[in-house]
This record gives sequence, C-alpha cells and structure tokens, in this order.
Amino acid sequence: MRLEAKELASLIETLRRDGYEVVGPTVRDGAIVYDAIEGLEDLPRGWTDEHAPGRYRLLRRPDNALFGYVVGPQSWKRFLLPPRVRLFSVRRNGDQPEIIADASAEPPPKYAFLGARACELAALAVQDRVLLGGPYADPIYRNRRQDVFVIAVQCTQAAPTCFCSSMGTGPKLSGGYDIALTEVVEGAESWFVAHAGTEAGAARLAALGAPEASPQDVARAEEAARRAESMITRRLNTAGLRERLAENFEHPQWDDVARRCLACANCTLVCPTCFCVTVEDTSDVTGSHAERWRLWDSCFTQSFSYIHGGPVRASIKARYRQWLTHKLSSWHDQFGTSGCVGCGRCITWCPAAIEITTEAEAVCGFPPSSLRSEQA
Amino acid sequence: MLPQASRVIAVERETRDTFTFTVAAPGGGSGFAPGQFSMLSVFGVGEAPISISGDPGEPDRLVYTVRSVGPVTQALVTRRPGEWIGVRGPFGASWPLAALRGKDILIVAGGIGLAPLRPAVYYVLRRRGDYGRLVLLYGARSPQDMLYRKQLSAWSYLPDTQILTTVDYGGLSWRGHVGVVTTLFRYARFDAQRTAALVCGPEVMMRFVLRELETRGMALSDVYVSMERNMKCAVGFCGHCQLGPHFVCKDGPVFPAARVKRLMERYEL
Amino acid sequence: MNFNARRKPKLAVFKFASCDGCQLTLLDAEDELLAVAEAVEIAYFPEASRAVIKGPYDIGLVEGSITTHHDAERIQQVRRQCRTLVTIGACATAGGIQALRNWQDSAEFVRHIYPSPDFIHTLKMSTPIAEHVPVDFELRGCPISKSQLLELISALLAGRKPNIPTYSVCLECKRRLNVCVAVAQGIPCLGPVTQAGCGAICPAYGRGCYGCFGPMETPNTESLRAQLHVLGQTSQEISRAFRSFNAWTWHFRHASDEEERA
Repeated sequence: MRLEAKELASLIETLRRDGYEVVGPTVRDGAIVYDAIEGLEDLPRGWTDEHAPGRYRLLRRPDNALFGYVVGPQSWKRFLLPPRVRLFSVRRNGDQPEIIADASAEPPPKYAFLGARACELAALAVQDRVLLGGPYADPIYRNRRQDVFVIAVQCTQAAPTCFCSSMGTGPKLSGGYDIALTEVVEGAESWFVAHAGTEAGAARLAALGAPEASPQDVARAEEAARRAESMITRRLNTAGLRERLAENFEHPQWDDVARRCLACANCTLVCPTCFCVTVEDTSDVTGSHAERWRLWDSCFTQSFSYIHGGPVRASIKARYRQWLTHKLSSWHDQFGTSGCVGCGRCITWCPAAIEITTEAEAVCGFPPSSLRSEQA
Repeated sequence: MLPQASRVIAVERETRDTFTFTVAAPGGGSGFAPGQFSMLSVFGVGEAPISISGDPGEPDRLVYTVRSVGPVTQALVTRRPGEWIGVRGPFGASWPLAALRGKDILIVAGGIGLAPLRPAVYYVLRRRGDYGRLVLLYGARSPQDMLYRKQLSAWSYLPDTQILTTVDYGGLSWRGHVGVVTTLFRYARFDAQRTAALVCGPEVMMRFVLRELETRGMALSDVYVSMERNMKCAVGFCGHCQLGPHFVCKDGPVFPAARVKRLMERYEL
Repeated sequence: MNFNARRKPKLAVFKFASCDGCQLTLLDAEDELLAVAEAVEIAYFPEASRAVIKGPYDIGLVEGSITTHHDAERIQQVRRQCRTLVTIGACATAGGIQALRNWQDSAEFVRHIYPSPDFIHTLKMSTPIAEHVPVDFELRGCPISKSQLLELISALLAGRKPNIPTYSVCLECKRRLNVCVAVAQGIPCLGPVTQAGCGAICPAYGRGCYGCFGPMETPNTESLRAQLHVLGQTSQEISRAFRSFNAWTWHFRHASDEEERA
C-alpha cells in the first residue's frame, strides 16, 4: 500500500481515538527520544542523528524526512519495563498487615509504538523471552506488552555505531510488527510503502483506503532499505564468540578496559535488552505504611552482587566483564539467543567512548573486523 | 509476585545470633522440597532469601533458621509469636533426593549451611528403607555456634547413621574434635562408589570439601552443592543472582557440583 | 537499631562550620515536618527552637566541618552524647567548600583580612567530622536531599538499612529519562564519578553535574579526566571542577591535584 503523509496522520488519529497512547520519536533536549505523539507535527521532521563512540549530535537534514534518523538514547523498554514502579503497599490493619497490590490499581496504558526499528523489534523479542518465556512471567511487563500495536519503520540509513547486520537483527525488518513503513523522501513531503504484519495491522491499513503501491513504489522503498545495509561499517565477528568469551576469563584486555570504564551504568540503562531491576522497601515516618518499589538497576553497581561479607564483584574489571560476557556469551546459555541486537547505543552513550565490539574482539583474539577508516 | 502475610507461631534461640522460627504456611501450605528457600519480608525493612530448615513432611508450617547479619535478618529474628511477616515461595531447585534412592547419603555442612540440609535429613529419615547409610559431617566455629545440638545427638544413636561434629575453636569445656570440617573425613565411614554427597556452607569450605571428596574417590556427578548469591526477586528477572550462566534463584540454589566447580574457582565471577 | 516503642527517639541537630542549609532541609520538609515531630522528639535544634531537652540523644545530625580548636573539642562531646551520629552535607562529610583553604596558608588570609588577626584562632585545615570521631552514617550533598533525610529518619525508626545509594548520578539521570548532556551536547559533567542522591537535577536542566554529592562508590576519575580533555576542557578547568564542595575527599583531591600538575 502507498500511504501519503496525511494517511499516516490519519492512522495515528484513529489509534488515539481507539484508546491507544501513541508513543514515538520526538525531539527534546538535543536528542530524539520516545514520548507521546499526537500528530505528525511531533515527529522529528528534517532531523537526523550523528553517532560516534561517546558522542551524539542532532543535525538538520537537507530534506523533510520524518524518520530520517537511527536510534535515540531511549528504547521501548521505558514503557514496558518502567524505570520506577510500585509493586505493592502495605497498611497496618489491626495487627495483620494488609497488602495492596499495585497491579490491581488502574490498568496500564495501551501503547502504540510508532517508529520501531528492526534492532528494536529484535530487542522486544529478546525481552519477551526473558520476562515472559520462563517458568515465571513478569505481570507488569506482560500487562503492558500484550496490547502493544507496533508500527515499525524500515531503516534507510545506518550510523557508524550500528552493527545489527552482524547480530542478524537488521537492518531489514522481518516480522514482529503490525504495520511496517518504508519512507521515501520526495520533495517537500514523504510518502510511505506500507505493509501489514498481522491481521490487526491489515485491518487498520485497509481502513485508510489508500491505493496499492505500484511496482516502482516498491522498488524505491527497497532501494532505500538497501542503503541502510550498505552504510554499515561496524562489524562484530560472532563465530565462536560465545565460547571464546567464556574461555577468556583472565584475558589482559579486561584490565585494559577496566582502566577506562567509569562503571557509570549508562550502557546498561540505554541498552534495549538489559532487564536488571532492584527492589527497595520504604516506609513513612509513622511506620504504619510501607511500600515496595522496583527500579532499574545495573550490574555495574557494587551492591548488585552484594552478599554477606561484601560484593562478589568489587572491582570495575569484574563488573565490566560480567556485563560483556553476559550480553554476548552466557545470555545464549540462559535464553538461547544473544543478548545483543547491535543497536550501538552502548557505544554512543558511553561517556568514556568504550566500544563493545572492539573489546569483545580483543578478548577473543579476533582481528578487528570493523572498517575503521569509514567511522566518524 | 506478592508476599503473603503469615503469622509467626514460635521463635527459638539456637545460638547467640541465630534463631529458628516457625510461621504458619500461608494458605495451609503447598509444601516444599528440601533445599528450597522462601523470600521473607518484614514490611518497611526489607526482604531476604532464607532457606527452609523444617520437615517437608509437615507442610502446614514453615521453619526457618536465621542468622542475624543485617537489618532484615535482625528484624526477622526479633519477631514475636503472633506477629506477621510476608512470605513468598518456595523457590529454587532442591536436593534431588528422589533420584538418590538406594544410595548412601553423605551430608557435609558448615555453620548455617546445616539449615538447608536439615530438611534433607528429615526426608531421608522418613523413608529410611529407601536409603543406605547416612553420614553427616558438621563444622561450626565454636560449640556455642552449633545448631540443632540435641537433634544431632539423637540422630547419632540411629542405626546405620554416623554424625560427626567439629569446631574451629573448642574453648575449655569442649571434648570433641577441633579442626575444619574436612578433617572429619578420616573418621567418616562411607563407600565412595555407593554414596551421594550434599554439601552446604561458606563457599571456601565447599571448594575444599569438593577436593576432599574427589580425593576419596567420589565422582562430582554424585555431589550436590547449595550456592548463594544476592537475590531480590527469586524468580530470575532481576538479574542479581547470576553465577556465570546460572540464576542461583531458579537454576539453583542446589546445583550438581560438576556444573559449578569451575565457576567456584573463578575470582570475582 | 531498635528503638524502644514506649519512648520516642530523641533527635538533636548540631552545627559546626557550615552555612546551615543542610539543617534547613529538615525545616523545609513542610509537608512531612509534623509527622516527623510526632515520630521523634526534636530535643535539641537551636535553629528551630530555643527549648532544649538534655541529652543523651538517640540520633544526632551533625552539619559543618571542623575548623577551630573549640569545635574539635565540641565534636568529641557530641559523639559521646549521640547513640547514632549522622553527618549531613558536604561540610560534614568532606570538609566543605571551605576546605579550599587546605591548599593554602590560612594564617595568611587572616592577616590580610582582619585588622586584629591575633583574636582569630583557627585550625590550618577544614576537615570532615569522620576525621575526628567515628561516624555511623553520612548524608552527602550540598545541601542534602530532603527525601534522603526523610528516608534516613524513617529507616532508623523502622530498623531498615537506609535506601541511600552509592552508585553514580547516571543511574538517576537515566531513570529520570534525561538526555546525557555530556554525550549529546559536549557539556562537561561529573555525573559518572559522583554519588547519586540529588535526583540528577542539573542535567535535567541542561547543566553538567557539579559533583555536590561527592565521589561515588568506585569513581574512575582518571578516565573521566581524560574524557573532559576530549570535550575540550583545559587542565585548569578540570582541576577547578573537582575542587568544589567535595574538594578535600580523597578521590576529588587526587583528581584536581593531578590535573594541576599536568
């Protein structure tokens, strides 16, 4: 189907009317973040992002593309695995405590994700496996995830930090969405080639009454998608990666990266697959009301591995090693896939400009596979 | 995962810092397997993973032996009968006793590590005919730190049962053995070919016990250990309890020794 | 910490060399102040009230650094009077901004400023409370965070370990969904080496972190200094950045000295 911009606007409108909270990319504080989208005017029209290790800049495009950027600092996990959520509160009722679950409070919003990239869809699948696919399912994640309507957007460019092709997650979209859009920028307005991934997506597209895309339209869209693939310069050699990382626990590269790593936790917090959380119990000063909250946590904190006697991973070296080997190696043992989708956020948003691909390859003794000269 | 409010039935002091308390199992009790643990909450203070140390044949009550080492455990041991705590669980992999029928059972415990092993002893004693010899080696820091002294003494009179204890520091009135728990092996009578071993204690103790068992001809595939890591959710979501590729809360805390021996030898894993 | 339920714990507030902004945080807790006053007995708090209930006290909040002989003696008395001693604010936990004098000759300042310098008796250095007496707990910040103060009081009353994190500001920044000012705008920020607690206020308003809460649990100031150079800062600017409210802490002092030597 070929959609004009006004039809995309109409799609957003009907989703909102049907009770969806549409969230998608918008410009704020010098970056493209995910927030509520009321209409096309909220989208980052004419903006693009420049990525390098430890550096991100928003730049003006020469055209008016609505989705002409790569990935921002936030991922969809901010909606499905909220940074702070109350699990329950306890009230003293006579001498028996009364436990009030927050899950029974107001129902969570019904989200429509607008602008999900292939790597992000892969990340959603990874988190689905972790939080829903085991013997226990996380009710908070499940309640938010089950009704999400996904409008994916095909990447038509890549940043020097992207390595989705090495991880087998992109840049081409391949399922996990209700509707997929490929933007073709032409003159003042873009148009889109849209196709459905589910019945729900097909129904919404059909309701727009837009014409079929012509073979030329489809060819233009595919050309745009191929451009993303050709722009990828960063690679991660994944052959034997899982085993080599597990075998090189004492590699000197860990000491090398430990000198640079700030243990600031930024990489884990921007990562779309990291799921670690902690719980905190609080009470008010009267002691008659207590609450338990769940917060985003990170394996980079000392308290993460604390047991009686002290933290198991006291040094920054041990903590960086834990993060990298979990993400690229033991995640396979735990969940049957890699934990990394190659989105490159950890590289961009690391204040110390550490690159996961470089460090992993150094530990494994692989020659660097990325094309250095083409990186910004 | 919500805690269920449970009433404290009894609190008994074991040693200067360790108490055993019993709560009414929430909802009448769904039962537990030896080696499993619960997450116990004192509301407003926090939640801690505590091994169940009672008899699995009595599912209507949950018994815990807790050593006070921090604010949450201190709050737990100062509860009084009639007060309420929160209970979640039971969680975790258990001692695989059903699969070990027909074998001799060797139990090696250090300090508070005897607590998650006591349910295994109860289980074996209830099905005595299904198992061979029962040998229990127990090391504590001092006589005053020993748990379940009366029970250990009573068990030592049972046929086909050998209970050996040792302390690091004996004091003036101790007439028993002094030394770390591995020094008891020379007195332990068990046939390595027919025996399965269940081990729990400080990690350094477990490492040395594994070596001793291997020296005495045991295959690590017949040895099980109970590991400990920081636990918050107990259901494998929060990520804190990872030990290499394993989540101690759901893949453990009981592991076949062969699976974790190399992990135990890695510093700061 | 087990308070006898029959008697409300007695709280006292002591001031040393400070601006008194940290004490004010307790008074600023307008919505919660009444509840606090019901839960604890505010026994000694000259800033708020002349009424004094004699010690000993269960909780002593100590603000300010030690800069005179008299204060060095007084803190010993305060320690004896308080079951739990909590230092509040950068002056008490780190020596404060006034610790800048530790790099200089404060006697010379006195001579320049005062007409009769003989009447001024001051110690060479401004030092944190922990260099004089054992401290049971510390609340960082300049000033401290109101919610951390309330958390500390309710934690002491409930018997729980206070939820006062020692990880970096970056966790609070990302939880709050701030966009990193250092990465996205090249603004120098001490967040990665600074302890959380303020809620990442400054980056929320497009400013780099000033380090008000002092060094986080394992600060890698060497790495951050290298990055600040990459962002275009000079050694002098970087040294200045570490030499503020928590200048005299081991990590920040070392970082500022190294940059000064460079």
